[in-house]
Amino acid sequence: MSFVFYVLAALTIAGGLAAVLLRNLVHCALAVTVAFAGLALLFLDLDAQFAGFAQILVYIGAVAILVVFAILLTRSSETPKDGGVFSRTWLVGLAVAAAVFAMLGWAVLETAPRLPQSAPVPVVTVQQIGQALIGRYVLPLEIVALLLTAAMIGAVIVAIHEKEEAK
Amino acid sequence: MSPLAGFLLVAALLFSIGLAGALTRRNAILVLIGIELMLNAANLNFIAFWRYGPHPEALTGMMFAIFSIAVAAAEAAVGLGLVIAIYRHAHTADLDQMNRMKG
Repeated sequence: MSFVFYVLAALTIAGGLAAVLLRNLVHCALAVTVAFAGLALLFLDLDAQFAGFAQILVYIGAVAILVVFAILLTRSSETPKDGGVFSRTWLVGLAVAAAVFAMLGWAVLETAPRLPQSAPVPVVTVQQIGQALIGRYVLPLEIVALLLTAAMIGAVIVAIHEKEEAK
Repeated sequence: MSPLAGFLLVAALLFSIGLAGALTRRNAILVLIGIELMLNAANLNFIAFWRYGPHPEALTGMMFAIFSIAVAAAEAAVGLGLVIAIYRHAHTADLDQMNRMKG
């Protein structure tokens, strides 16, 4: 466990916590961007360069911008006057999340002694990834292409401004 | 503690934070942000197991994470489009006020 790992883990967890806890939604969007960046750096720390840069491109470049657009289009940056930003049943949600974390943490710590201590650094070039994508994984690649096209058209149709009832 | 266990613990904590956000926040966009955090935590698990697994040259975990990122992007686009459509219909993004299934 290196110093770099602790710094990146603290950055990611702090970003995630801030995204969930802050009151102003624009601040939440910025905090979640920090969490995405921390995750991308963790991917780079794990020698998964391609996944790390894909994470930066897709999440920081696209998803964060989409979230900011949605916040501004729905005027959600104004915090509600009645009550807080949390739901009435927040205690139940917190208990469920704590129980899930307790179970996951117990499972990890229980198996920790049997996990591999170290592994040689895998050498993966982008050429290998590209050949795998058009070779062994060509069918999932085509399905993802279809899904992205369908999602783009579907998102536009769902969010399109409906005119007044046609005569 | 092995490095793999550290990454798995970070992913578990991030997943729980995302789950807590999705379950406790009132705003629909924050619920989507929580779901994104959960998906990202799962991706971190894939990459960590790929890195410390026996056959990293097979690229299985890496490919799963890349496809998962693509699917998560599609999910975010459709989810935020739905939030905007509901806001236009109900004039609020507050989930506590969306308590009717009838339009």
